[in-house]
Amino acid sequence: MLAAIAARLVLAVPTLLLVTVVVFSLQLLLPGDPALALAGEERDPEAIAAIRAQYHLDRPIPVQYLIWLGGLLRGDLGTSLKTGLPVGELIASKLPVTIELALLAMAIALAIGIPAGVLAAVKKGGPLDAAANFVALAGISIPNFWLGIMLILLVSVHWGLLPASGYTSPFEDPLRNLQTMIMPAFVLGTGIAAVMMRHTRSAMLTVLRQDYVRTARAAGLPERRVIGRHALKNALLPVVTLGTLEFGTLLSGAVLTEQVFTIPGFGKLVVDAVFTRDYPVVQGVVLCAGLGFVLMSLLADILYVVLNPRLRT
Amino acid sequence: MASLITAAEPEPSATPRLLRRLARNRLALLGGLVVLAFVTVAVLAPVLAPYDPVKSNWLAVRKPPSADFWLGTDDLGRDILSRLIWGARASLLAGVVSVAIAVLAGVPLGVLAACAGGWVDGLASRLTDALLACPFLILAIALAAFLGPSLTNAMIAIGVSATPIFIRLARGQTMAVLAEDHVLGARAVGCPQRRIVLVYVLPNIAAPILVQATLAIAAAIIAEASLSFLGLGQQPPAPSWGSMLNTAKNFMSQAPWMAVSPGLAIGLVVLAFNLLGDGLRDALDPREG
Repeated sequence: MLAAIAARLVLAVPTLLLVTVVVFSLQLLLPGDPALALAGEERDPEAIAAIRAQYHLDRPIPVQYLIWLGGLLRGDLGTSLKTGLPVGELIASKLPVTIELALLAMAIALAIGIPAGVLAAVKKGGPLDAAANFVALAGISIPNFWLGIMLILLVSVHWGLLPASGYTSPFEDPLRNLQTMIMPAFVLGTGIAAVMMRHTRSAMLTVLRQDYVRTARAAGLPERRVIGRHALKNALLPVVTLGTLEFGTLLSGAVLTEQVFTIPGFGKLVVDAVFTRDYPVVQGVVLCAGLGFVLMSLLADILYVVLNPRLRT
Repeated sequence: MASLITAAEPEPSATPRLLRRLARNRLALLGGLVVLAFVTVAVLAPVLAPYDPVKSNWLAVRKPPSADFWLGTDDLGRDILSRLIWGARASLLAGVVSVAIAVLAGVPLGVLAACAGGWVDGLASRLTDALLACPFLILAIALAAFLGPSLTNAMIAIGVSATPIFIRLARGQTMAVLAEDHVLGARAVGCPQRRIVLVYVLPNIAAPILVQATLAIAAAIIAEASLSFLGLGQQPPAPSWGSMLNTAKNFMSQAPWMAVSPGLAIGLVVLAFNLLGDGLRDALDPREG
């Protein structure tokens, strides 16, 4: 098992390095002189020369990359062009909000997706299965930012039940925090719930065809126990690993959800950075998202090895 | 030798069988019809739209749906139905063009990686992993940010972000085809690599690529709407479903109708592409009979 985990760790290193290449290459897309683009409104030749020196733009591109990579390895993600704050610090201050949103969304996705998937598999071919499949497909097709707008319209504007926007830290006021986060988390969670439902249904259908399930039924075990204890336990293995890989979808969805509900998280940071042309912040966010995804993929691989008894030896 | 060459000829096309299976799938057919309807609306936009989609009308600001304006008007008095009809052009164009970029870039790279093997394959695979590691929309936002906000750049950004999926798919499918007996036979009789790719590989990987492309168009339409919603896609006053929603969110209590139809249109067309893609996938699955 340790060898399998070590092999996956080794494979993650070149992927991570190439993620840094991709993120660094983004700045090569800037039209014209990158120093001028980074300077924004500033047209003072001295200031532009300072930017050129700060970002080593007078050096060959491979050297620029190595200098940038060296900074990354020391934990330096660069400096925000607008606030002058270290990018790492900015991201670290916004990340907990997005993590909270993502965790709540994932909890909602699991609570809806897994039971719906089990039900659809057990009632395969019936109206319940068809309905669950259609709802899942609709969940994947409806843009979550529109769902957010519609919920604000209904729940906040018409019924006045929950706040339409804003954020309160859970350490300040846990109840207010839940009130502000539940609707965005639901919006973000529904798309993932649809994917989870499809994974669970597919995994359950495979497991329900296995000999041990037939044996359990033949031995006279109650159906609820066959499904809950024997089938679901094994079907959840691929669901757990595939669910981990939904991290990217969660982050992409969070960008839009945070924008709709004005939540000051990671996603809002990148959108604001785009409009203020704060390129180091944009690069930092993409890098962190890529790094997070590689780590989650690694976690998925390790979980698969740990949870699967056949791979443990 | 002659018999060997005959044996190495590719199998006849399975297209009629595929179409028959697809025709039996009602949901896929429905999806195809809805897609066709949206394409027709997009093509006939100048004829179908009752009003100019960009012209402001200060006498009709934020009017609710009525006989004159079926879906109401927006904050500048523009007819929402007309903007919705013209917006179909931007959405469908973005979906098709960005997926075409991804297919044209990804498929040759994937085929090349599988045929070359060795370090070329290793590098292509790791690069694909790295691109896939960056969440689709975040990478598209970053690309659009560095390229500048416009519909063209949004299409390029979405296309580049979708490319690794096609590299991976084309690579895997090509490897499977290269291991088949008739291709090994062709190689054994000295068939050149280029001919193997053109005659054996590309026709055999076309079907799964088509399925993936159909599903990718659905994802690309949502991505374009998302970028336009964030202000990084189609720029005002040109109509796009995403930018219509962006405006609508500022007038939710005064003009809720502004938000309803663009979202429904996105959901419907994406659902249709997903149904069509799922139907195509099932029709190509040998286990489906």
